[in-house]
Amino acid sequence: MHLDHGHTHHGSVSADAHRPDGTRRALRIGLGGPVGSGKTATVAALCRHLRDTLSLAVVTNDIYTREDAEFLLREAVLPPERIQAVETGACPHTAIRDDISANLEAVEELEDTVGPLDLILVESGGDNLTATFSRGLVDAQIFVIDVAGGDDIPRKGGPGVTTADLLVVNKTDLAPYVGSDLGRMARDAAEQRGDLPVAFTSLRSAEGVGPVADWVRERLAAWTALPAPTA
Amino acid sequence: MTRSALLVLADGRFPAGGHAHSGGAEAAVKAGRIRDAAGLEAFCLGRLHTTGLTAAGLAAAAALGHDPYELDAAADARTPSPALRAASRRLGRQLMRAARATWPGPGLDALAAAFPRGAHQPVVLGATARAAGRGPEDAAHCAAYETAGGPATATVRLLGLDPYQATAVLARLAPVMDEVAARATAAAREGVDALPAASAPLLDITAEQHAAWPVRLFAS
Repeated sequence: MHLDHGHTHHGSVSADAHRPDGTRRALRIGLGGPVGSGKTATVAALCRHLRDTLSLAVVTNDIYTREDAEFLLREAVLPPERIQAVETGACPHTAIRDDISANLEAVEELEDTVGPLDLILVESGGDNLTATFSRGLVDAQIFVIDVAGGDDIPRKGGPGVTTADLLVVNKTDLAPYVGSDLGRMARDAAEQRGDLPVAFTSLRSAEGVGPVADWVRERLAAWTALPAPTA
Repeated sequence: MTRSALLVLADGRFPAGGHAHSGGAEAAVKAGRIRDAAGLEAFCLGRLHTTGLTAAGLAAAAALGHDPYELDAAADARTPSPALRAASRRLGRQLMRAARATWPGPGLDALAAAFPRGAHQPVVLGATARAAGRGPEDAAHCAAYETAGGPATATVRLLGLDPYQATAVLARLAPVMDEVAARATAAAREGVDALPAASAPLLDITAEQHAAWPVRLFAS
């Protein structure tokens, strides 16, 4: 077979850092974590926090409804054309890790239709502690757990807790009511994650997402500081 | 080229988006037409002899190198449901992405450039088989296998059907898949006008209904 390595791109085939026209594509950040830990609420809060200074879009991966996309629409955190829902056939982890084609289609379509974009947030459907994003889909990933899910989750580890670029421990305001020890969670997380950062959040107040937003801004600064791609 | 390339292409884990589609099984399960392994077998048998044969013909013709514009138009003409047309083009685009990463070459690049919004999935499947060095028989076999394999794995997820039973259904249907692939390949060798045009009206109707469901597990 003739292998033509110089073939032109009509849509990229992997995690190329540039778009077909040679411009830099948006930074893609994945958000994963168990059901109910506050992924969608975190996405909504990030959108409110960042939308005035950045060009943003969101891809949701709902498990069996368009609930997450519709929540974001109802909350009007972004115009509807900046939110895309991907269907995952009962396997949310497959769509973000093993077969990322539908999500890649969605992020590229967003860049084509509402771009140029600075940042695309890809929200996974609620899954288990082993769910992680493919590096072919996102540049960095956030794993969201919450204090009500049990303060032993950081100790249990798993790929999400141990390898995510940022671990978010959400709903800290509930800790006293559910008997979760935030200090223990922080110590266990540090033990599992080494130098990787952990953010404790409560989204009850508008500023609650601040530490996550700051981390996203840092990632974006690092992304845009990379040498310009060659067309 | 190697026979193992066929296994790579036909593997259910080939990352081309198929996992999110049930091939009409989700609607059939909800309507009570698939309740068990026997229902799955009957559903797949019907699908193989109708849309499966049609898809296999298109895939074989694309693997033979027939004009992709003609084949894509032929696929449109054989797909009356707008929801299924859209699903087929979307899956065609997703398959193209995987195919170009797996077997890069000018043939697939040209097809991708000609259909930036996606060619129909069976057409891309045939072109992919060709790029992988496989012929029309193999392309038709892949299309036939997907025709039954998609609904089978979807039914395991939807009904909690015993996975051994679902796999046994596929094994029992293997001779039918062979027969469908042979008929499709023979037709494709005669030319685009000879391609099968068998359809399943109930699949078209339920696909349209399914696309309007507010709550569903599968994209189609």
